[in-house]
Amino acid sequence: MTRERTAAVELPVEAVRPLRPGRWLGAAAAVLFLAWLAYTVIVNENLHWDVIVAHIADGRILGGLWVTIQLTVLSMAIGLGLGVLAAVMQLSDNPVLRGTSALYTWFFRGTPLLVQLIFWFNIGLVFPSFGIGVPFGGPKLIEWQANEVITPFTAALLGLAINEGAYMAEIVRAGIRSVDPGQREAAESLGMSHRQVLRRVVLPQAMRVIIPPTGNQFISMLKTTSMVSVIAGAELLTVAQRIYLGNFEVIAMLVVASVWYLVLTTIASVGQHFVEKRYERGHVRLSSRVRRNLRPLRKEPS
Amino acid sequence: MSGDQPMVRVRAVRKRFGALEVLKGIDLDVPAGEVVCVVGPSGSGKSTLLRCVNRLETIDSGRIWVNGELMGYAERGGRLHALRPAELSRQRRGIGMVFQRFHLFPHRTAIENVMEGPVTVLGTAAAQARRQAEELLERVGLADRAHHYPAQLSGGQQQRVAIARSLAMRPSLMLFDEPTSALDPELVQEVLAVMRDLAATGMTMMVVTHEMNFAREVGDQLVFMDDGVIVERGDPREVLSAPRHERLRTFLGQVG
Repeated sequence: MTRERTAAVELPVEAVRPLRPGRWLGAAAAVLFLAWLAYTVIVNENLHWDVIVAHIADGRILGGLWVTIQLTVLSMAIGLGLGVLAAVMQLSDNPVLRGTSALYTWFFRGTPLLVQLIFWFNIGLVFPSFGIGVPFGGPKLIEWQANEVITPFTAALLGLAINEGAYMAEIVRAGIRSVDPGQREAAESLGMSHRQVLRRVVLPQAMRVIIPPTGNQFISMLKTTSMVSVIAGAELLTVAQRIYLGNFEVIAMLVVASVWYLVLTTIASVGQHFVEKRYERGHVRLSSRVRRNLRPLRKEPS
Repeated sequence: MSGDQPMVRVRAVRKRFGALEVLKGIDLDVPAGEVVCVVGPSGSGKSTLLRCVNRLETIDSGRIWVNGELMGYAERGGRLHALRPAELSRQRRGIGMVFQRFHLFPHRTAIENVMEGPVTVLGTAAAQARRQAEELLERVGLADRAHHYPAQLSGGQQQRVAIARSLAMRPSLMLFDEPTSALDPELVQEVLAVMRDLAATGMTMMVVTHEMNFAREVGDQLVFMDDGVIVERGDPREVLSAPRHERLRTFLGQVG
């Protein structure tokens, strides 16, 4: 029998790295290209940098920026609510609810958002007034005139939120379906009601799957709000357009708007990262699984 | 409840999945305080029977009573009325269920898993639920793992948390659906030890298992199922040492 050597010998790995000329060439080419791009943009006199700087914090631009933020946040919030509702309907046993939900997503995903926005803005042509009361032509308790209620802002919000809801429904549905059916059974065995199962067990786990695409939808929505300019929604692009119709600085004003869109989407991306981390709770990646049983995630609450 | 009434009474239960009839008329009594082990080859219907008892599956015919209460229906004027979801949830509260694949809530720590039922379903104050959960984790030997997430626990530890989670509802009946089948061999004993302790406290248990030693040592009754019927039943020591049916002999030869 051979005997194991007991003395441990240090054998450090200090290998010489291979030369990779292709990598250096590629990097040099990319730097050169970016430098050239920056140079042509900076020295280009047609861009009117002075006009851009003068308008970047213009009161009208900041007002439009605020409308863009409001439209994005509100339509995403309403869209998420509609999406959860439509997804829960889609997954219910009731065929009528399933059909209603399917009809909703089919229609609003199947027609262009631009058309929907113009439609909502002009809804007064179809329904001059609407109210709350007995349906199918019965008496009304409250009644509004469409051309008083439907402002560019409300039309924009209706169009964006309802359209977004149709997309969110698919995202939420995929999230709910990703949760192991055993989770539902375990929760039901504890005696939870359907609502408790959904709220306490299924949705929190579905969130992990729902959050990343919802973050993308949010970032996308920041830019989609610019479509509202067709109904003069008073958001960032509309305001920029109004200004260049006066001073003819088309490109400069588009640059101003783009800078702000980039600022918003950058902030949103950072926020998305933190929200995703929060919903990763309990989902340990493989590398840290090795460390399992070694340390608790947080201290005993005192 | 009267003392002579069994905790679980199963009568003429049939269940089919599409064309496949998995339960073909099951009669079974589980007296209060006893441990009934259900064994049989896979596909014999033993898990389905267990899932019918707490109505994770609906039965096609027959009756199941737990603690004297007809499961899933109310009998009024000679007719059965299906219970509303809220009433069904109330019936399930008294029945603990332990799954083969644990099904702990992955987004909650061990102690939060154990607290979930009392806080959400019974409305127990969080502080009181926490104290009770600490005691239960202590009982299954996991007091030091209270703030770990399920993914940070071994399979055996997860299953012990799952048992504590069921016990937190103070059930009068515990159902175990192959509780050790998904575990690495060296982790099986720690789960069986917890179940032994539980049986010693007088808990009524229905255990679907392949652990013949557990059935022999802890079981009060052994039920052998094959092809949707109960083939043989009786005292585990007698049944296992002298099986009367050929099918049971074959099965025992296969599980070793």
